[in-house]
Amino acid sequence: MRWLLNVYWLGRKEFASLARDTVMLFLIVYVFSVAVYVVAKGVQTDVKNASIAIVDEDRSLLSRQIADAFLQPYFKEAVTIRRDAIDTVMDRGLHTFVVDIPPDFEADILAGRETSLQINVDATAMTQAGNGSTYIYEIVTQELTNFLNERELAAILPVDVVVRAWFNPNLDPVWFNSVMQIIQNLTILSIVLVGAAVIREREHGTVEHLLVMPVRPSEIAFAKVWANGSAILFATFLSLLLMVRGVLGVPVQSGGALFFAGAAIYIFAITSLGILLGTIARSMPQFGLLAMPTFVIMNMLSGAMTPPEGMPEPLFYAMHVSPTLHFVAFAQAILYRGAGIATVWPQIVGMAATGIFFMALALARFRAMLATQG
Amino acid sequence: MTGAAPVVLAEGVGHLYAKTVALQAVDLTVSRGEAIGIVGPDGVGKSSLLSLIAGVKRLQSGRLEVFGGSVEDGAHRDLVATRIAFMPQGLGKNLYPTLSVRENLDFFGRLYAETAAERSSRIDRLLAATGLAPFPDRPAGKLSGGMRQKLALCCSLIHDPDLLILDEPTTGVDPLSRRQFWELIDGIRAERPSMTVLVATAYMEEASRFQRLIAMNEGRILADGPVSEILRQTGARTLERAYVALSSGNGNDDGGQDFEIPPRIEHDGPPAIRANGLTRRFGSFTAVDHVSFEIGKGEIFGFLGSNGCGKTTTMKMLTGLLEASEGTAELLGHPVDARDISVRMRVGYVSQSFSLYEELSVEANLALHARLYRLSDKLAAERIADAMERFGLAPFAKISPLRLPLGIRQRLQLAAACLHRPEMLILDEPTSGVDPSARDLFWRFLIDLSRNDGVTIFISTHFMHEAERCDRISLMHAGRVLAVGTPAELVAARDADSLDAAFISYLEEFDGGEGGAGSAGEPGASLTEAEEITGKAALVGLRRVRAFALREALELIRDPIRLSFALLGPLLLMVAMAYGISFDVEDVSFATLDRDRTVESRELVENFRGSRYFAEKADLATADEIAGRLQSGDVQLVIDIPPRYGSDLLAGRRPEVAFLIDGSNPFRAETIRGYLSGVVLTYLQARARSEHGNSLGGLPINIEPRFRYNQAFLSVYAITPGTIMLLLVMIPAMLTAVGVVREKELGSILNLYAAPASVLEFLIGKQLPYIAVGMAAYALLLSAAWVLFGVTVNGSFLGLTLGAFFYVFAATAFGLLISSFVTSQMAAIFATAILSIIPAINFSGFLYPTANLEGPAAVIGLFFPSSWFQTVSIGNLAKGMGFLQFVPEYAALFAFGIVFLALARLVQAKQET
Repeated sequence: MRWLLNVYWLGRKEFASLARDTVMLFLIVYVFSVAVYVVAKGVQTDVKNASIAIVDEDRSLLSRQIADAFLQPYFKEAVTIRRDAIDTVMDRGLHTFVVDIPPDFEADILAGRETSLQINVDATAMTQAGNGSTYIYEIVTQELTNFLNERELAAILPVDVVVRAWFNPNLDPVWFNSVMQIIQNLTILSIVLVGAAVIREREHGTVEHLLVMPVRPSEIAFAKVWANGSAILFATFLSLLLMVRGVLGVPVQSGGALFFAGAAIYIFAITSLGILLGTIARSMPQFGLLAMPTFVIMNMLSGAMTPPEGMPEPLFYAMHVSPTLHFVAFAQAILYRGAGIATVWPQIVGMAATGIFFMALALARFRAMLATQG
Repeated sequence: MTGAAPVVLAEGVGHLYAKTVALQAVDLTVSRGEAIGIVGPDGVGKSSLLSLIAGVKRLQSGRLEVFGGSVEDGAHRDLVATRIAFMPQGLGKNLYPTLSVRENLDFFGRLYAETAAERSSRIDRLLAATGLAPFPDRPAGKLSGGMRQKLALCCSLIHDPDLLILDEPTTGVDPLSRRQFWELIDGIRAERPSMTVLVATAYMEEASRFQRLIAMNEGRILADGPVSEILRQTGARTLERAYVALSSGNGNDDGGQDFEIPPRIEHDGPPAIRANGLTRRFGSFTAVDHVSFEIGKGEIFGFLGSNGCGKTTTMKMLTGLLEASEGTAELLGHPVDARDISVRMRVGYVSQSFSLYEELSVEANLALHARLYRLSDKLAAERIADAMERFGLAPFAKISPLRLPLGIRQRLQLAAACLHRPEMLILDEPTSGVDPSARDLFWRFLIDLSRNDGVTIFISTHFMHEAERCDRISLMHAGRVLAVGTPAELVAARDADSLDAAFISYLEEFDGGEGGAGSAGEPGASLTEAEEITGKAALVGLRRVRAFALREALELIRDPIRLSFALLGPLLLMVAMAYGISFDVEDVSFATLDRDRTVESRELVENFRGSRYFAEKADLATADEIAGRLQSGDVQLVIDIPPRYGSDLLAGRRPEVAFLIDGSNPFRAETIRGYLSGVVLTYLQARARSEHGNSLGGLPINIEPRFRYNQAFLSVYAITPGTIMLLLVMIPAMLTAVGVVREKELGSILNLYAAPASVLEFLIGKQLPYIAVGMAAYALLLSAAWVLFGVTVNGSFLGLTLGAFFYVFAATAFGLLISSFVTSQMAAIFATAILSIIPAINFSGFLYPTANLEGPAAVIGLFFPSSWFQTVSIGNLAKGMGFLQFVPEYAALFAFGIVFLALARLVQAKQET
């Protein structure tokens, strides 16, 4: 009871600190609104708007048909270039794909002579290279089939192949990127906000003062967690409601109470990690350099950017100490696939376990940290 | 200018903080060679006035001329800055704690552009004069308070100022050091009679040393004249009384009688505090050496000693903040235990430096204390109102302590510590920096607590007349207790005529007069030198950049943890990212709902089973299971084969096969779609060939995808150049991001305000060491890429390095821009993280090519340096391009750096507002 009251009152103080720093408040609003919008709209994980060039040495009806077949929204209008310019445009990254049509292409096709067509792919463009070349392959095949049979490829296949994407029928990347960006931003915010609050109390000597009062280290730590955490949770809620559902029009599954319960557990875990980092670093500049790699790794290897199964197995298991990995899986299951507690309980356990682990370490370090202060 | 012109001329100077009046209608004329003491209660505008004269604070209203020119004229300020020395309030606030004594002095010397020889001789002279000569290599942060103040004074004297401005220079300094300090000032004044000295002080005996005294109250000058004149005006016997009279607003000397301290009533029972052989070591240094004492209940026990003698450490051990290395301590009959909450409820503590919340108002701080000490709402309201009145805090109730002077903050600390009516108070220099009348109030309160409520008081102080009020005092020096007894006993033991003398005699006996003031040596350099210096402006500017850069580099070297984070962090990140980031989609789990179960349907599934991209999971029995399996993420693809698939296929009736993909991750779904159409096409081609020996549609074509730059299509080749791009913006920006705002938070920014240096010189000086660190990180990353991943430079090494240099220049400038803009270190870290990571990862061609960005994303990509460096990085690490191809990128990166610096220069003020 006493414990709860102290945590409550100390937490109220955290709100006062946060409210005073207008630049920080502005940044929080920014990361949950503009930053989400720009990334969601700007990032293309699928082949969209891809930049393509054609080297047409055939200059025939067929070669022109192929060039015209690269359509929006997948490709930008194909630019015709000379063969000797291929290296330059690819070196400078001006085009990700260059389709090279050799001389006498149409004549060879009509005569049934084996010919070849080359697709140059900038393989450093990881997200586009694979899928993009598959598309180009399909488009070229399609055009050739049309040209030879005057029928669509699909029409001559003996099977009617119907591909349906569930949960995101048009595979719109905005759906994915918007929520994933919120998760990444809230991870960074939680670690910085709470960790820096610990360092600031140390640099100003206030934490020492609290520890001569009838206040336990756990009360100080949990006060920071609940106060900053609830501010972040509230910002997340608003961002999902106003930015993701409202402005971006993403029909995320309601998830409702379950999602926010999971988010609260996640924020507990990640703010606990923030406190732990705050007890390890001795000054704000050290903290900045310690926190940065931590949240970058947690975000990049969480499944919010790349499919997590793509990681080498040992690394994938190692990343289970990161609550972000669990939360991303949890959020995807609930917000996109509409899954329930029966599906996501392992993630909830994962987040809670990592959170308790970080909090226990942080509390163990609390007094040691004051002693090293000298 | 002639000698007759006034050094300072103020007419109607006013200053406001929000709505609080700090100064109003101040008129003041100071002539050359005068020594003036400024006295007045806390918070009456003494510091504001001094800061305005020093040019550190921006003038709001009125006219203020220093050395014949207006302080509003920036050029004039720069010109006279070399003639002014300003020592701000607070124990060595403007020093750099990790730098040694000599390095601090060296920095200030360089800042005022002195030659090496000149600097060295002046430093030697000043160190000798202040008794700091034996410790040139000790870090400023490890000096005692008194030594720090002396060092700060040396730093301000290093350029032979014509006007010396000292803001409460001896607050918190022990009597011996204080005496030496003033002897030093007197010595310097004797040598350079033309030097003008302005000093604000709370010590009346110090104020009486000055020929002219200015008494201030509520932002106005109350009295201005010789000491004798002021005494006459107020009709007081001593200056201290005169002061109390002035500040209480009436002329007579009421309440001026010395204290009547009622005799102490002996209490039975165990002593309130018992220390036995208490010892604390920090490494090889023994801060407290076998200290033993007993303090009875209700006793006022004074702790005296030079700065850094172990008083604070002893008190911290008693409160449980520090664990004792040896010995035991008991509080109120219980052994000290950091976990024992019940004892803490009975103790109040005031630490030496301000340790309440600057983000809470005075009232809110008290309220928080009341809550944490479990006072009921009613009781809390009563006690807070009482404390507000008793400690004179009512006018400041809604103000943040950040904006209050030292003295009022100390009163707030005291009020907070007493709020829960503890049985024992442990007070570490609670009255340092508090004005005499507030000190009197405070002592009356303490005596009342001790005599009427039986509260035990353990107090450390530097004021002798406070020590005289204690029941017993203990003299501590170099970690040991030299003497314990009543004040009278101690005076008698030394055969001294005052406690002050007794104290000094004890100390001098102990260390044989070490640290005594020497002579101030030769007179300083003449004015002509200063004029000569300003002539070579450009060269001087460069020297100041060097001064800032050297200091920043030294601070960095003194913090090996930060340096190693800066170098090892990127390495760790690079390894994790190169191994972990992969867009390869493999082993897509699929399940089949085969409603046909014929040879044909099994043949179709067999093709998926055989593909390395797919991994089969248990079949579905009914269509109802599809949703559940996809929802739980168990499978990412469901193949739904309709009934009569086989017979329809054979009959050419084009059966429909549905492929249901989990679209929650669109990238993965898109890839799965590509894979599956490949598998299906292969299957159908094979069927067509085996049936009519002819491929579908009769296409005689060979479509060859050629993956350039990364034939094996391995993530590390694509990821490594991007990783280097990402890390070389994040880490350098983070290194500089806290740089400026940290100095603002901790106070050393005042050196910039007071110095003749420009903001740009300051910024560039700060930036240079971090460019070096950034380039070291670059070298490490490049080596790691080669050793660990076999990624080498196949373009131009020089081209890549040059690009990295411009890029790091731009990144560090970006950090400085953020740092100049924000108000807290926390915001600096967050802003840097968000503002650098988002564009670098998303809009710079790292994971997604810039060629297909549109709208705001494309604009952000274009206007952030990362996308430009990415071209250089990929070009040299993957594409084998030459040096000359990157000229536009170099130009752009360099331009980014210049623009960021220019913006930072605009945002960062040269004065306080």
